[in-house]
Amino acid sequence: MIDKQYTYAVARIRSKEIMLLSKSDVEQIMSCKSEKECLRLLTEKGWGRPGDETAEQFLSAEREKTWELMRELVEDMSDFDTFLYINDFHNLKAAIKQVYTNTSRDDIFITNGTIKPELILTAVQEHNFSLLPDFMRSCAEEAYYVQLHTADSQLCDIIIDQASLETTYQKGKASGVEVLAEYVELYIAAADINIAIRSCRTGKDKVFLERALAACDTINIQSLSSAATEGEEAIYEYLQNTVYADAVQAIKKSLSAFECWCDNLIISHIQIQKYNSFTLSPLAAYILAKENEIKTMRIVLSGKRNDISDLSIRERLREMYV
Amino acid sequence: MKIDMNSLGIVFALLGAVLAALLSGMGSAKGVGLAGQAAAGVVTEDPSKFGKVLILQLLPGTQGIYGLLIAFVTLSQIGILGGSSDIELWKGLLYCAACLPMAFVGYFSAVAQAKASVSSIGIIAKKPEQFGKAMIFPAMVETYAILALLISILAIFGVAGL
Repeated sequence: MIDKQYTYAVARIRSKEIMLLSKSDVEQIMSCKSEKECLRLLTEKGWGRPGDETAEQFLSAEREKTWELMRELVEDMSDFDTFLYINDFHNLKAAIKQVYTNTSRDDIFITNGTIKPELILTAVQEHNFSLLPDFMRSCAEEAYYVQLHTADSQLCDIIIDQASLETTYQKGKASGVEVLAEYVELYIAAADINIAIRSCRTGKDKVFLERALAACDTINIQSLSSAATEGEEAIYEYLQNTVYADAVQAIKKSLSAFECWCDNLIISHIQIQKYNSFTLSPLAAYILAKENEIKTMRIVLSGKRNDISDLSIRERLREMYV
Repeated sequence: MKIDMNSLGIVFALLGAVLAALLSGMGSAKGVGLAGQAAAGVVTEDPSKFGKVLILQLLPGTQGIYGLLIAFVTLSQIGILGGSSDIELWKGLLYCAACLPMAFVGYFSAVAQAKASVSSIGIIAKKPEQFGKAMIFPAMVETYAILALLISILAIFGVAGL
C-alpha cells in the first residue's frame, strides 16, 4: 500500500531542513574573499561530494543529492515531473538545433528529465515524432519544421517554450499537490510577465505575444498581450489590478530584480510547508528550497569568481527557506 | 426457537467490553504506527534522537491500555472471568453503554494524538532541546482519553451496584 501521508518521508525532510542554508549562512559565505574560500565553507556545510573541485561540480552534486533523496523517499516520482518537463523541452530544443546544424554534441543535453535525451534526439533525427509522449509530440513536430523551413530559431524556441510552460502548468494543477499547484501558478504568471516586458522592450507584435504566453488563472493573457503592445506603462497598469501589483516596483528596477522578486514570492508561499507534517507538499517545498539555494550559491560563486562587487551580488540574493 | 430476552444481558455486556478493547486497540495501533513512521524518518537522519522520538511514538499507545483495563474490569464484573454470569437485559445494556466512552474516545483520541505526535517529532528533528514543549502538545490529547476512562470506570462500578 502506498503511504499517501508520506509520514516517514516528511520526518526525514524535517531533519534535512536543518542542513539547508539560512540567511546567516549566506552572509557567512558572502564574507569569504574568494570563490575557493566559499567552496571550502560550503564543503564544511556538507555541500559537494569527495573530489569535487569546481563550483559547477558542487552545484550539480547538490541537485543530484536532492533527487537521489526524493527517489529514496517517494515510490511514484511522477508528481515531481512538474519540475522536470523544463529539462525535457530544453533537450528538445538542443536536439532540433543539433539535427538542423548537422552537428553532434552530448554536453548540451540535461539528463534529469522525464524522457531520455537519446529518445528525443532519435525522434527528431528520424522525423518520427510518434516516439515522443503526447505532451511533446505536436510541438516537437511544429518546432522542427519551423526551424527546417524558415530557419527562424526564435520562433522555434517560442513554440517549445510555450509548450513547456503549458505542460508544466497542466501537470502541476492536475497533481493534486498543494505546493505544486501554487508553484505552477506563480511560475507561469512570472514567465508571462517576463515575456510581456521583454517583448514590449523589443517591439514584438500581438501575434508573437499570443504565441509565447501561456494561460494561467491569475493572468489574463489577452489583456497582458494587449498591454504589452501598448507599452510598459500599460503593462504596469494591468499588473496593478492583479495579485502581482508588487512586481511593478521590481520590474522598474531591473529584470534581474524582478526574477529575484519571483523567486522570493515562491519561497514565501511555500514557507507554510515547514509546519506541515503530512502529504507530498513538504517534499515539493524542499525541492524548491534546494533549487533556490543552488541558484543563490551560483550567483555568489560566479560573483566572487568574476570579482563583482558585494553590493551587486547582494541585489541578486534570494530569500532563504529556513 | 424462542429466545429469552433476559438471557441477552450477558451478550450486550460482553459486546461493550469487546468494543472498549477493540476500538481503543485499533486507534492505538494506528497511532503508534503513524508516529513510528515519523520517528523512523528522524532516526534515519540522526540516530541520537531515538530516545526522544520513542517517547513521542508511545504516547498514542495508552488508549489501547485503557481499553484493555475497561474490558478487564467489565469482564470481572459480569462474571465472565469467574462467578455468576447471569445478567439481566437492562443491566447488560447499561454495561455496554458504560464501555462506549472508552471505545469511541479511545479510538479517535489515539488517532488525533498520533497526528500531534508526528508534528512534535518534527520539532525534535529540528530543535531537540525543545523536547519538553514538544511532548506537551500530544499529551494534551491524553486528557480526553483519561476523562473517558474515568467515566467508563465510574459507570461500570455504578451499574454493578444497581
